[in-house]
Amino acid sequence: MTEEAALRDSPAEKLEENLIRRVREGEHELFYELIRPYERRLYATALAILRNPAEAEDAAQEAVLKAFKNIRQFRAEARFSTWLIQITVNEARMRKRRERNSLMEPIDDRRDDEGNYTPQDFTDWREIPLETLERKEIREKLAEALASIGEKYREVFILRDMQHLSIEETSKALGISTASVKTRLLRARLMLRDLLAPGLGGSWSSRLSFAKGTKPW
Amino acid sequence: MVVHCEDVWREISSYLEGELEPDRRVAVEAHLGECKRCAAVLAGTRNVIALYGDERMCDVPLGFSQRLHQRLEENMPRRRGTALGWTVAFAFAALVIVSFEVGNSSPFRHPTLRSIHAQPAHHIPPTLEVVVENSGKLFHLAGCPFIHTEGGVRTVTAEEAMREGYSPCVRCLRKYLETSRGSKPQADYDASSEGLSENEQAETSR
Repeated sequence: MTEEAALRDSPAEKLEENLIRRVREGEHELFYELIRPYERRLYATALAILRNPAEAEDAAQEAVLKAFKNIRQFRAEARFSTWLIQITVNEARMRKRRERNSLMEPIDDRRDDEGNYTPQDFTDWREIPLETLERKEIREKLAEALASIGEKYREVFILRDMQHLSIEETSKALGISTASVKTRLLRARLMLRDLLAPGLGGSWSSRLSFAKGTKPW
Repeated sequence: MVVHCEDVWREISSYLEGELEPDRRVAVEAHLGECKRCAAVLAGTRNVIALYGDERMCDVPLGFSQRLHQRLEENMPRRRGTALGWTVAFAFAALVIVSFEVGNSSPFRHPTLRSIHAQPAHHIPPTLEVVVENSGKLFHLAGCPFIHTEGGVRTVTAEEAMREGYSPCVRCLRKYLETSRGSKPQADYDASSEGLSENEQAETSR
Protein backbone atom coordinates (compact mmCIF):
# COMPACT_ATOMS: atom_id res chain seq x y z
CA MET A 1 0.00 0.00 0.00
CA THR A 2 1.37 3.41 -0.92
CA GLU A 3 1.77 6.12 1.66
CA GLU A 4 -1.07 8.13 0.13
CA ALA A 5 -3.41 5.18 -0.03
CA ALA A 6 -2.65 4.45 3.62
CA LEU A 7 -3.44 8.06 4.47
CA ARG A 8 -6.76 7.80 2.70
CA ASP A 9 -7.72 4.85 4.83
CA SER A 10 -6.89 6.57 8.11
CA PRO A 11 -9.75 7.46 10.48
CA ALA A 12 -9.11 11.17 9.91
CA GLU A 13 -9.51 10.70 6.17
CA LYS A 14 -12.69 8.72 6.67
CA LEU A 15 -14.07 11.47 8.84
CA GLU A 16 -13.17 14.02 6.20
CA GLU A 17 -14.77 11.93 3.48
CA ASN A 18 -17.93 11.75 5.53
CA LEU A 19 -17.94 15.52 6.05
CA ILE A 20 -17.47 16.14 2.33
CA ARG A 21 -20.41 13.87 1.54
CA ARG A 22 -22.65 15.65 4.03
CA VAL A 23 -21.67 19.11 2.76
CA ARG A 24 -22.50 17.95 -0.76
CA GLU A 25 -25.87 16.73 0.46
CA GLY A 26 -26.72 20.18 1.76
CA GLU A 27 -25.31 20.45 5.29
CA HIS A 28 -23.38 23.54 4.28
CA GLU A 29 -22.48 24.66 7.76
CA LEU A 30 -20.22 21.59 8.08
CA PHE A 31 -17.90 23.14 5.52
CA TYR A 32 -16.38 25.22 8.36
CA GLU A 33 -15.35 22.06 10.09
CA LEU A 34 -13.97 20.65 6.88
CA ILE A 35 -11.60 23.54 6.19
CA ARG A 36 -10.65 24.46 9.75
CA PRO A 37 -7.52 22.24 9.87
CA TYR A 38 -6.21 23.82 6.67
CA GLU A 39 -6.97 27.51 7.16
CA ARG A 40 -3.47 28.40 8.27
CA ARG A 41 -1.85 26.48 5.48
CA LEU A 42 -3.98 28.19 2.88
CA TYR A 43 -3.05 31.60 4.18
CA ALA A 44 0.63 30.68 4.34
CA THR A 45 0.50 29.44 0.75
CA ALA A 46 -1.17 32.61 -0.49
CA LEU A 47 1.22 34.78 1.50
CA ALA A 48 4.31 33.03 0.18
CA ILE A 49 3.18 33.68 -3.38
CA LEU A 50 1.75 37.18 -2.98
CA ARG A 51 4.04 38.47 -0.23
CA ASN A 52 1.35 40.84 0.98
CA PRO A 53 -0.65 39.90 4.11
CA ALA A 54 -3.88 41.71 3.19
CA GLU A 55 -3.84 40.39 -0.36
CA ALA A 56 -2.99 36.90 0.92
CA GLU A 57 -5.91 36.90 3.32
CA ASP A 58 -8.29 37.94 0.60
CA ALA A 59 -6.91 35.30 -1.77
CA ALA A 60 -7.24 32.60 0.91
CA GLN A 61 -10.85 33.63 1.55
CA GLU A 62 -11.63 33.63 -2.13
CA ALA A 63 -10.03 30.20 -2.51
CA VAL A 64 -12.17 28.82 0.32
CA LEU A 65 -15.31 30.23 -1.31
CA LYS A 66 -14.35 28.65 -4.61
CA ALA A 67 -13.73 25.35 -2.88
CA PHE A 68 -17.18 25.54 -1.30
CA LYS A 69 -18.88 26.35 -4.59
CA ASN A 70 -17.03 23.59 -6.41
CA ILE A 71 -17.09 20.91 -3.76
CA ARG A 72 -18.94 18.62 -6.14
CA GLN A 73 -15.97 18.71 -8.47
CA PHE A 74 -13.61 17.36 -5.84
CA ARG A 75 -12.47 13.89 -6.79
CA ALA A 76 -11.66 11.47 -4.02
CA GLU A 77 -8.46 10.28 -5.69
CA ALA A 78 -6.75 13.48 -4.50
CA ARG A 79 -6.33 14.53 -0.91
CA PHE A 80 -8.75 17.24 0.12
CA SER A 81 -5.90 19.36 1.52
CA THR A 82 -4.03 19.13 -1.79
CA TRP A 83 -7.14 20.17 -3.67
CA LEU A 84 -7.61 23.19 -1.38
CA ILE A 85 -3.98 24.21 -1.72
CA GLN A 86 -4.19 23.87 -5.48
CA ILE A 87 -7.17 26.24 -5.59
CA THR A 88 -5.28 28.67 -3.36
CA VAL A 89 -2.19 28.54 -5.57
CA ASN A 90 -4.32 29.26 -8.63
CA GLU A 91 -6.07 32.16 -6.93
CA ALA A 92 -2.79 33.65 -5.73
CA ARG A 93 -1.14 33.19 -9.11
CA MET A 94 -4.07 34.86 -10.84
CA ARG A 95 -3.80 37.86 -8.55
CA LYS A 96 -0.08 37.98 -9.06
CA ARG A 97 -0.58 38.05 -12.82
CA ARG A 98 -3.14 40.82 -12.53
CA GLU A 99 -0.82 42.84 -10.34
CA ARG A 100 2.08 42.25 -12.70
CA ASN A 101 0.03 43.36 -15.67
CA SER A 102 -0.97 46.55 -13.94
CA LEU A 103 2.62 47.28 -12.99
CA MET A 104 4.00 46.20 -16.36
CA GLU A 105 6.39 43.93 -14.49
CA PRO A 106 8.18 41.31 -16.51
CA ILE A 107 7.03 37.76 -15.94
CA ASP A 108 9.48 35.49 -14.16
CA ASP A 109 11.59 33.36 -16.37
CA ARG A 110 9.77 30.06 -15.99
CA ARG A 111 12.54 27.94 -17.53
CA ASP A 112 14.56 25.88 -15.17
CA ASP A 113 18.17 26.71 -14.77
CA GLU A 114 19.82 23.50 -15.68
CA GLY A 115 23.21 24.85 -14.69
CA ASN A 116 24.48 23.67 -11.35
CA TYR A 117 24.05 25.84 -8.34
CA THR A 118 27.11 26.34 -6.25
CA PRO A 119 26.30 26.71 -2.58
CA GLN A 120 28.22 29.34 -0.74
CA ASP A 121 31.11 28.06 1.21
CA PHE A 122 29.74 28.10 4.72
CA THR A 123 31.66 25.40 6.40
CA ASP A 124 30.79 26.71 9.83
CA TRP A 125 27.06 26.14 9.50
CA ARG A 126 25.55 26.22 12.89
CA GLU A 127 22.15 24.84 13.30
CA ILE A 128 19.28 27.26 13.86
CA PRO A 129 17.29 25.53 16.61
CA LEU A 130 13.58 24.97 16.02
CA GLU A 131 12.79 26.58 19.35
CA THR A 132 13.80 29.93 17.94
CA LEU A 133 10.63 29.79 15.84
CA GLU A 134 8.79 30.87 18.95
CA ARG A 135 10.21 34.30 18.28
CA LYS A 136 8.30 36.38 15.86
CA GLU A 137 11.36 38.15 14.48
CA ILE A 138 12.90 34.82 13.53
CA ARG A 139 9.76 33.80 11.69
CA GLU A 140 9.79 37.16 9.94
CA LYS A 141 13.40 36.74 8.89
CA LEU A 142 12.67 33.30 7.49
CA ALA A 143 9.66 34.70 5.62
CA GLU A 144 11.81 37.52 4.32
CA ALA A 145 14.40 35.07 3.03
CA LEU A 146 11.72 33.01 1.35
CA ALA A 147 10.18 36.10 -0.23
CA SER A 148 13.51 37.02 -1.74
CA ILE A 149 13.98 33.92 -3.88
CA GLY A 150 12.47 33.65 -7.35
CA GLU A 151 8.78 32.90 -7.58
CA LYS A 152 9.14 29.62 -9.42
CA TYR A 153 11.44 28.30 -6.69
CA ARG A 154 9.32 29.71 -3.92
CA GLU A 155 6.15 28.04 -5.16
CA VAL A 156 7.70 24.61 -5.28
CA PHE A 157 9.38 25.03 -1.91
CA ILE A 158 6.15 26.15 -0.24
CA LEU A 159 4.15 23.23 -1.51
CA ARG A 160 6.73 20.56 -0.92
CA ASP A 161 8.59 21.67 2.19
CA MET A 162 6.04 23.85 3.95
CA GLN A 163 2.74 22.25 2.99
CA HIS A 164 4.25 18.78 2.76
CA LEU A 165 2.73 17.86 -0.56
CA SER A 166 4.41 14.98 -2.37
CA ILE A 167 6.56 15.66 -5.46
CA GLU A 168 3.70 14.30 -7.52
CA GLU A 169 1.09 16.50 -5.88
CA THR A 170 3.31 19.55 -6.19
CA SER A 171 3.78 18.89 -9.87
CA LYS A 172 0.02 18.60 -10.37
CA ALA A 173 -0.77 21.68 -8.31
CA LEU A 174 1.66 23.80 -10.27
CA GLY A 175 1.20 22.18 -13.65
CA ILE A 176 4.87 21.36 -14.11
CA SER A 177 6.80 18.10 -14.51
CA THR A 178 8.10 16.18 -11.53
CA ALA A 179 11.62 16.71 -12.91
CA SER A 180 11.08 20.47 -12.75
CA VAL A 181 9.75 20.17 -9.22
CA LYS A 182 12.92 18.37 -8.15
CA THR A 183 15.25 20.80 -9.87
CA ARG A 184 13.53 23.87 -8.46
CA LEU A 185 13.19 22.36 -5.04
CA LEU A 186 16.90 21.65 -4.81
CA ARG A 187 17.72 25.16 -5.95
CA ALA A 188 15.26 26.71 -3.48
CA ARG A 189 16.65 24.73 -0.56
CA LEU A 190 20.23 25.63 -1.38
CA MET A 191 19.43 29.29 -1.89
CA LEU A 192 17.60 29.46 1.42
CA ARG A 193 20.43 27.70 3.12
CA ASP A 194 22.80 30.30 1.74
CA LEU A 195 20.51 33.12 2.81
CA LEU A 196 20.14 31.79 6.31
CA ALA A 197 23.75 30.85 6.90
CA PRO A 198 24.63 32.68 10.09
CA GLY A 199 27.80 34.38 10.95
CA LEU A 200 28.55 35.52 7.43
CA GLY A 201 27.69 39.18 7.57
CA GLY A 202 27.61 39.44 3.79
CA SER A 203 24.45 37.53 3.03
CA TRP A 204 22.59 38.33 6.22
CA SER A 205 23.29 42.01 6.40
CA SER A 206 22.83 42.86 2.74
CA ARG A 207 19.91 40.63 1.88
CA LEU A 208 18.09 40.34 5.15
CA SER A 209 19.01 43.67 6.65
CA PHE A 210 20.25 42.33 9.94
CA ALA A 211 22.65 44.63 11.70
CA LYS A 212 26.12 43.66 10.64
CA GLY A 213 27.64 41.00 12.80
CA THR A 214 24.55 40.29 14.85
CA LYS A 215 22.61 37.11 14.64
CA PRO A 216 18.93 36.87 15.28
CA TRP A 217 19.33 33.82 17.49
CA MET B 1 32.74 5.24 -7.38
CA VAL B 2 34.16 8.74 -7.37
CA VAL B 3 31.85 11.45 -6.07
CA HIS B 4 32.67 15.14 -6.49
CA CYS B 5 31.31 18.03 -4.46
CA GLU B 6 29.15 19.14 -7.41
CA ASP B 7 27.58 15.69 -7.54
CA VAL B 8 26.65 15.89 -3.88
CA TRP B 9 25.09 19.36 -4.25
CA ARG B 10 23.10 18.16 -7.22
CA GLU B 11 21.91 15.07 -5.44
CA ILE B 12 21.43 16.43 -1.99
CA SER B 13 17.65 16.59 -2.33
CA SER B 14 17.48 13.04 -3.64
CA TYR B 15 19.71 11.98 -0.80
CA LEU B 16 17.46 13.62 1.78
CA GLU B 17 14.34 12.17 0.14
CA GLY B 18 15.92 8.71 0.25
CA GLU B 19 15.74 8.35 -3.49
CA LEU B 20 19.35 7.41 -4.21
CA GLU B 21 20.30 3.90 -5.22
CA PRO B 22 22.01 2.05 -2.33
CA ASP B 23 25.44 2.09 -4.04
CA ARG B 24 25.18 5.76 -4.77
CA ARG B 25 24.03 6.49 -1.29
CA VAL B 26 27.05 4.76 0.22
CA ALA B 27 29.39 6.71 -2.08
CA VAL B 28 27.74 10.06 -1.22
CA GLU B 29 27.91 9.31 2.48
CA ALA B 30 31.59 8.44 2.13
CA HIS B 31 32.20 11.83 0.50
CA LEU B 32 30.20 13.65 3.18
CA GLY B 33 32.32 12.00 5.84
CA GLU B 34 35.43 13.52 4.34
CA CYS B 35 34.25 16.86 2.93
CA LYS B 36 33.47 19.53 5.51
CA ARG B 37 31.97 21.83 2.95
CA CYS B 38 29.49 19.27 1.65
CA ALA B 39 28.66 18.21 5.20
CA ALA B 40 27.85 21.87 5.96
CA VAL B 41 25.65 22.10 2.86
CA LEU B 42 23.79 18.98 3.94
CA ALA B 43 23.37 20.20 7.52
CA GLY B 44 22.15 23.58 6.35
CA THR B 45 19.67 22.10 3.88
CA ARG B 46 18.30 19.78 6.54
CA ASN B 47 17.95 22.69 8.90
CA VAL B 48 16.13 24.76 6.27
CA ILE B 49 13.65 21.96 5.62
CA ALA B 50 13.00 21.47 9.33
CA LEU B 51 12.54 25.18 10.00
CA TYR B 52 10.19 25.95 7.15
CA GLY B 53 8.30 22.71 7.59
CA ASP B 54 7.40 23.68 11.13
CA GLU B 55 3.75 24.45 11.80
CA ARG B 56 4.79 27.69 13.51
CA MET B 57 5.80 29.12 10.16
CA CYS B 58 2.13 29.23 9.20
CA ASP B 59 1.34 32.36 11.15
CA VAL B 60 -2.03 33.96 10.47
CA PRO B 61 -3.13 37.50 11.27
CA LEU B 62 -5.32 38.06 14.31
CA GLY B 63 -8.99 37.41 13.56
CA PHE B 64 -8.21 35.59 10.32
CA SER B 65 -10.40 32.65 11.14
CA GLN B 66 -13.43 34.72 12.17
CA ARG B 67 -13.21 36.86 9.05
CA LEU B 68 -12.93 33.79 6.87
CA HIS B 69 -15.97 32.18 8.46
CA GLN B 70 -17.95 35.37 8.23
CA ARG B 71 -17.21 35.72 4.54
CA LEU B 72 -18.12 32.13 3.96
CA GLU B 73 -21.38 32.57 5.80
CA GLU B 74 -22.27 35.65 3.78
CA ASN B 75 -21.78 33.70 0.60
CA MET B 76 -23.51 30.51 1.57
CA PRO B 77 -26.88 29.99 -0.01
CA ARG B 78 -29.74 30.23 2.42
CA ARG B 79 -30.59 26.76 3.53
CA ARG B 80 -33.06 25.54 0.97
CA GLY B 81 -34.31 22.64 2.95
CA THR B 82 -33.57 19.05 3.37
CA ALA B 83 -35.80 16.17 2.41
CA LEU B 84 -37.34 16.40 5.88
CA GLY B 85 -38.13 20.07 5.39
CA TRP B 86 -39.85 19.40 2.09
CA THR B 87 -41.83 16.54 3.64
CA VAL B 88 -43.13 18.80 6.41
CA ALA B 89 -44.05 21.50 3.89
CA PHE B 90 -45.95 19.06 1.69
CA ALA B 91 -47.71 17.52 4.67
CA PHE B 92 -48.85 20.96 5.80
CA ALA B 93 -50.11 21.90 2.34
CA ALA B 94 -52.00 18.61 2.11
CA LEU B 95 -53.54 19.23 5.51
CA VAL B 96 -54.81 22.65 4.45
CA ILE B 97 -56.34 21.27 1.25
CA VAL B 98 -58.00 18.36 3.05
CA SER B 99 -59.37 20.75 5.68
CA PHE B 100 -61.08 22.80 2.98
CA GLU B 101 -62.51 19.73 1.36
CA VAL B 102 -63.82 18.33 4.61
CA GLY B 103 -65.22 21.69 5.62
CA ASN B 104 -67.11 21.91 2.36
CA SER B 105 -68.35 18.35 2.42
CA SER B 106 -72.04 17.70 3.18
CA PRO B 107 -71.96 16.67 6.87
CA PHE B 108 -70.37 19.97 7.81
CA ARG B 109 -71.96 22.21 5.30
CA HIS B 110 -74.58 24.71 6.25
CA PRO B 111 -76.60 25.65 3.21
CA THR B 112 -76.74 29.32 2.71
CA LEU B 113 -80.26 29.61 1.44
CA ARG B 114 -81.09 33.03 0.26
CA SER B 115 -84.74 33.05 1.22
CA ILE B 116 -86.91 31.67 3.91
CA HIS B 117 -89.27 30.53 1.14
CA ALA B 118 -86.66 28.11 -0.10
CA GLN B 119 -86.49 26.32 3.21
CA PRO B 120 -88.12 22.98 3.63
CA ALA B 121 -90.78 22.73 6.29
CA HIS B 122 -89.02 21.10 9.13
CA HIS B 123 -90.38 20.52 12.55
CA ILE B 124 -94.04 20.98 11.70
CA PRO B 125 -95.89 18.45 13.84
CA PRO B 126 -97.34 15.96 11.33
CA THR B 127 -100.65 15.88 13.15
CA LEU B 128 -101.07 19.64 13.24
CA GLU B 129 -104.31 20.65 11.63
CA VAL B 130 -103.72 23.07 8.82
CA VAL B 131 -105.85 24.74 6.19
CA VAL B 132 -104.98 24.18 2.53
CA GLU B 133 -106.20 26.35 -0.30
CA ASN B 134 -107.70 24.50 -3.18
CA SER B 135 -106.60 27.19 -5.58
CA GLY B 136 -103.15 27.83 -4.00
CA LYS B 137 -100.01 26.04 -3.08
CA LEU B 138 -99.79 26.91 0.58
CA PHE B 139 -101.14 25.57 3.78
CA HIS B 140 -101.91 27.77 6.78
CA LEU B 141 -102.84 27.75 10.39
CA ALA B 142 -106.51 28.32 10.87
CA GLY B 143 -107.17 32.02 11.13
CA CYS B 144 -104.25 33.11 9.05
CA PRO B 145 -105.29 36.32 7.26
CA PHE B 146 -103.43 35.27 4.14
CA ILE B 147 -105.61 32.32 3.28
CA HIS B 148 -107.08 32.71 -0.19
CA THR B 149 -110.53 31.39 0.20
CA GLU B 150 -111.75 32.01 -3.37
CA GLY B 151 -111.20 28.46 -4.57
CA GLY B 152 -112.29 26.95 -1.29
CA VAL B 153 -110.32 25.55 1.62
CA ARG B 154 -110.15 22.34 3.53
CA THR B 155 -108.56 21.18 6.72
CA VAL B 156 -105.95 18.42 6.69
CA THR B 157 -102.99 17.41 8.83
CA ALA B 158 -99.66 19.00 8.10
CA GLU B 159 -98.30 15.63 7.04
CA GLU B 160 -101.03 15.24 4.45
CA ALA B 161 -100.60 18.78 3.23
CA MET B 162 -96.92 18.27 2.69
CA ARG B 163 -97.47 14.91 1.04
CA GLU B 164 -99.80 16.64 -1.36
CA GLY B 165 -97.10 19.14 -2.22
CA TYR B 166 -98.28 22.14 -0.26
CA SER B 167 -95.74 24.50 1.21
CA PRO B 168 -96.08 26.15 4.61
CA CYS B 169 -97.21 29.74 4.73
CA VAL B 170 -94.16 31.78 5.67
CA ARG B 171 -96.24 34.07 7.79
CA CYS B 172 -98.34 31.91 9.99
CA LEU B 173 -95.96 28.96 10.06
CA ARG B 174 -92.80 31.02 10.34
CA LYS B 175 -91.72 29.49 13.56
CA TYR B 176 -91.49 26.09 11.94
CA LEU B 177 -89.32 27.47 9.20
CA GLU B 178 -86.67 28.91 11.41
CA THR B 179 -83.47 26.95 11.25
CA SER B 180 -81.06 26.60 14.15
CA ARG B 181 -78.95 29.36 12.62
CA GLY B 182 -81.84 31.70 12.19
CA SER B 183 -83.41 34.18 14.51
CA LYS B 184 -85.43 33.13 17.48
CA PRO B 185 -88.62 31.30 16.65
CA GLN B 186 -91.54 33.62 16.88
CA ALA B 187 -94.61 33.05 18.94
CA ASP B 188 -97.50 31.25 17.39
CA TYR B 189 -99.16 33.35 14.83
CA ASP B 190 -101.74 35.77 16.07
CA ALA B 191 -103.54 37.76 13.47
CA SER B 192 -103.73 40.69 15.71
CA SER B 193 -100.03 40.67 16.45
CA GLU B 194 -97.92 43.58 15.46
CA GLY B 195 -95.59 41.28 13.56
CA LEU B 196 -97.32 42.29 10.37
CA SER B 197 -96.09 45.25 8.44
CA GLU B 198 -98.34 48.09 7.55
CA ASN B 199 -98.64 46.84 4.02
CA GLU B 200 -99.59 43.41 5.19
CA GLN B 201 -102.19 44.84 7.51
CA ALA B 202 -103.55 46.96 4.71
CA GLU B 203 -103.68 43.93 2.46
CA THR B 204 -105.44 42.01 5.20
CA SER B 205 -108.01 44.66 5.72
CA ARG B 206 -108.80 44.66 2.04
